[in-house]
Amino acid sequence: MSVVTSGRYTFPNYNLVFFIFLQLGLHSVEGVWPLPQSITSSPERYPLNPQAFYFTYGSQSAAQEGCSVLDEAFKRYFSLIFPDYSSGYGFLRFSVDKPFTVQVSVGRNDCDSYPDEDSSEQYTLSVSAGQAYLKAETVWGALRGLETFSQLVYQEDFGSYYVNKTEIEDFPRFQFRGILLDTSRHYLPVQAILKTLDAMAFSKFNVFHWHIVDDPSFPYQSRTFPDLSAKGAFHPMTHIYTQLDVRRVISYARMRGIRVLPEFDSPGHTQSWGKGQSDLLTPCYSGSTPSGTFGPVNPILPSTYKFMATLFKEVSSVFPDSYIHLGGDEVNFSCWKSNPDVRAFMLKMGFGADFTKLEAYYMENIVNLTAALNRTSIVWQDVFDYHERIPKDTVLHIWKGVPASYEAELRAITKAGYRVLLAAPWYINHISYGQDWRNYYTVQPLNFSGTEEQKKLVIGGEVCMWGEYVDATNLTPRLWPRASAAAERLWSDEKQTSDVDKAFPRLKDFRCELLRYFSFSDNAHGIPITHHRTLFYEVCLTYTDASVSLRLQAGYPGRASLCRTLQTRVPRCLIITDHVTFLSI
Amino acid sequence: PTVDCLDLCQMLTAEPVFQASKYGSLWPLPQKVQISEVSFKLSSASFRIVDAKASSAGPSCSLLQSAYRRYYEYMFGSAKKQWGSKNNRRSDPSDLTELQVWITSPDSECDGYPSVTSDESCEYLLFLVHVMFYRSLETFSQLVSEDEYGAKSINATIINDFPRFQHRGILLDSSRHFLPIKVILSNLETMAMNKINVFHWHIVDEQSFPYLSRTFPQLSEQGAYHPYTHVYTPADVKMVIEFARLRGIRVVPEFDTPGHTQSWGKGQKDLLTPCYSGSKPSGSFGPVNPILNTTYDFMAKFFTEISTVFPDGYIHLGGDEVDFTCWKSNPDIQKFMEQQHFGEDYSKLESFYIQKLLDIVASTKKGYLVWQEVFDNGVKLKPDTVVHVWIGGRSDKEMSNVTAAGYTTILSAPWYLDYISYGQDWQKYYKVEPLNFEGTDEQKKLVIGGEACLWGEYVDATNLTPRLWPRASAVAERLWSAKNVTDIDDAFNRLSLHRCRMVERGIPAEPLFSSYCLHEYKGV
Repeated sequence: MSVVTSGRYTFPNYNLVFFIFLQLGLHSVEGVWPLPQSITSSPERYPLNPQAFYFTYGSQSAAQEGCSVLDEAFKRYFSLIFPDYSSGYGFLRFSVDKPFTVQVSVGRNDCDSYPDEDSSEQYTLSVSAGQAYLKAETVWGALRGLETFSQLVYQEDFGSYYVNKTEIEDFPRFQFRGILLDTSRHYLPVQAILKTLDAMAFSKFNVFHWHIVDDPSFPYQSRTFPDLSAKGAFHPMTHIYTQLDVRRVISYARMRGIRVLPEFDSPGHTQSWGKGQSDLLTPCYSGSTPSGTFGPVNPILPSTYKFMATLFKEVSSVFPDSYIHLGGDEVNFSCWKSNPDVRAFMLKMGFGADFTKLEAYYMENIVNLTAALNRTSIVWQDVFDYHERIPKDTVLHIWKGVPASYEAELRAITKAGYRVLLAAPWYINHISYGQDWRNYYTVQPLNFSGTEEQKKLVIGGEVCMWGEYVDATNLTPRLWPRASAAAERLWSDEKQTSDVDKAFPRLKDFRCELLRYFSFSDNAHGIPITHHRTLFYEVCLTYTDASVSLRLQAGYPGRASLCRTLQTRVPRCLIITDHVTFLSI
Repeated sequence: PTVDCLDLCQMLTAEPVFQASKYGSLWPLPQKVQISEVSFKLSSASFRIVDAKASSAGPSCSLLQSAYRRYYEYMFGSAKKQWGSKNNRRSDPSDLTELQVWITSPDSECDGYPSVTSDESCEYLLFLVHVMFYRSLETFSQLVSEDEYGAKSINATIINDFPRFQHRGILLDSSRHFLPIKVILSNLETMAMNKINVFHWHIVDEQSFPYLSRTFPQLSEQGAYHPYTHVYTPADVKMVIEFARLRGIRVVPEFDTPGHTQSWGKGQKDLLTPCYSGSKPSGSFGPVNPILNTTYDFMAKFFTEISTVFPDGYIHLGGDEVDFTCWKSNPDIQKFMEQQHFGEDYSKLESFYIQKLLDIVASTKKGYLVWQEVFDNGVKLKPDTVVHVWIGGRSDKEMSNVTAAGYTTILSAPWYLDYISYGQDWQKYYKVEPLNFEGTDEQKKLVIGGEACLWGEYVDATNLTPRLWPRASAVAERLWSAKNVTDIDDAFNRLSLHRCRMVERGIPAEPLFSSYCLHEYKGV
């Protein structure tokens, strides 16, 4: 027996090859996740043939060929809809089908823009014989519709594809549906971020909240302050995001209708900043001498604000989104308290012994800096809790507590007239045994007492994957499909999706679809092939009376895919023994 | 803001900070290690692993030869990467050029299978290396360190090593989710990195029967999730066994009866007990039907096959969690209970079944492991039966009882790794002391080891590896290293490096805490 990594056969005599397609289970037309606002479908179905399948622009469409976002999406979704075909393994057809065209029309040509806070994602999709019409106001809505269409297609015996007659009208319940990844506690290779962006698009998430720096490391390579990552990253060469990396993430996200919201959290959570920027952090004192350790950003020095102004100017030129996340959470006052200069400043400013006033003073300055850069600030709820003078267009981000406490916070913040984003129930880095997706699914974001006006101030929610225990080794299985539960809560109508048991079989199917997507999108996008995408060959020596014959059996990832495994084998190949070659590609 | 930060920020400096252990990245920690300051360079061009002259294993020992290649590649990267440096570089006097492997026992066991009695101890000095089994290659590769420029070196070191427990296992469950062969193989590879020596293959259960039996092919035809794609063919099983053998790992299969057998019933008529609802069969089935002769005929044939397919000396027979309600509902069983004078005590019926099964398996010359209920129910066991303790809460009491009765035992109760929770739960697994129960020294000697169990309800190929590693590594050290190796901070430091080494070797082992590896996981 041998295990080899390349296909070398020295056997003299073999005949191949078995390709066996297996179709299992029945496709459910309600297989779209998250559930569209309105969907009607009939048993009438139409075969799709990849050689006669086209995406076109409607004649009335404001965007036409050359629209980067849609041209790219057509390519991408073609491979996702016909994985066998695009992966280049003999696709077998038994009949010549009529052509099928998906005609896409958008009301605005926003092909070269970025999705933003008020981009419409509404679309209508109508599938009938030979034709599907996808209409949307924006290209971002068209992307959502393409995703839905791809989820409507299913495969049957011998690899044939079908789509049922369907009418869909769809739009998101909340405009902000985010996922936070933390690249400071562990560095996430760019590839891991891109893969997450793919999966986000499958669940119709539209904001990637990039918690890019924090106490443990500073991987963002700043043009203006290169020392920040040179000294603050885990490794100055391998564990950083170059400007090119960041641009790549932003453009990859844009192509999928996803905003990239950067977070540069201060004044707390900044230990790694201090390594490359001297005098930025507050020196802590032990008695009357500096202890050698440092606390939060030093709020009393003009140099601090000069630095921040320059940094945020850079950030606002690198990240096109109109929002910047400023953090502002969990500031520990003990270091400030220990420092005599800080205490003198408190006295001078008339803050007494109330360090929250000092913190408020700092945050106000930072928020004003970003306002001057024409950016909307998002800050963690802490800033609201201790501070009343924040600009009205600031968005508060709720992260603390059990339902009772975040509901109270929702009430208080919206009552004060601020927009708010809910993350508290979706701290998905907290794991436990069993089907915890049910908890994420049954959240009711608007279940607090308040007026209609107040409820409108809830702009959405966010799934947070903090990085203490997460890196590229476990990110994907820990995030999916658990985050998809939140995705449906944030996109779909709450009344139609209140039954968690009804969601279970749909989510199970969707997970299998995700596996299929991952396996094929890897290939489609030139991403290194992962363990999902495996070819199995089994070489069987069969001893018969006079001769030894060798069969090469091959299984390959058909559309009837991963949950149903990639291997196909004939079980009667039993007399195998001496030579089994195991290949992974 | 992350919730644990609430406390952490109070003591930023007290955050678990990685510091180098004086034992470097050795995991599990050898019994005796002395690392000196003297360092030797290792160069891929000149370094060789060779058989010592006096070794009982030679070039024909393919097991060792393939291990040499494997570990050479672990230390220096794959041979492909080395093409550029294929030169005749003269070796420096400070270079270490040779690892001699000396198998000292007269029988190298090259072509055999590792067994319960295999000696895994070894002793070695650099330059002069005695090896009695191949565990030491892993240890050697762990001593190699790499500086910033990628240069490899190794310190003069004396190690004398042997495992504390002989049974150090991992259970994988391929019934609740099918595990592709590739996943099983890569985990066997990882087990070797952690000196785990038993793969307990919980191959079938209620949910599916992926084992393709030659004698009863309908079991998997009807009972697997899919008859072609979700089965283990004899070739697959052979591949697993051989792959494991080459890494010194035993494969102990489990065929759990009489409970946990729903999937068996699909392909084998009359094997399971028909449940009754009132006076009529309800259409559902319970445990294996213990009152029919056909049941025992089937088991005899089936286990004869199993005993030839799996070369290990032991078979795990399960015997856990038998639900009596179906038996109780069945009038034929009630009648049988009366005939046998079992009264209302259905555990007697269970014992009746197990007793007959044990006799069948004993006739195949195999030893057996059983879950603790079999012992608890007073079944007469052969003296060499291994009782597997899994029920949490008072497992120390159970260990005490089992060993007092004179049976050997392995412990799993504290190591159910399928139960996940937030934070560094590896510490909980690490802190377990298997001999921490009331009993004499003789009793303690009956504890031959333990197993980490990764049950499959929530685990398949997508998440198995990061969920298992490095959490199972904590169990591996507890079972290998000396009893007094309990310094959790030192363990954290070594395990952090060990986890990065697994990552570098292509295994997606998850992180312990905020940190980084020089070479992050590339498999995304």
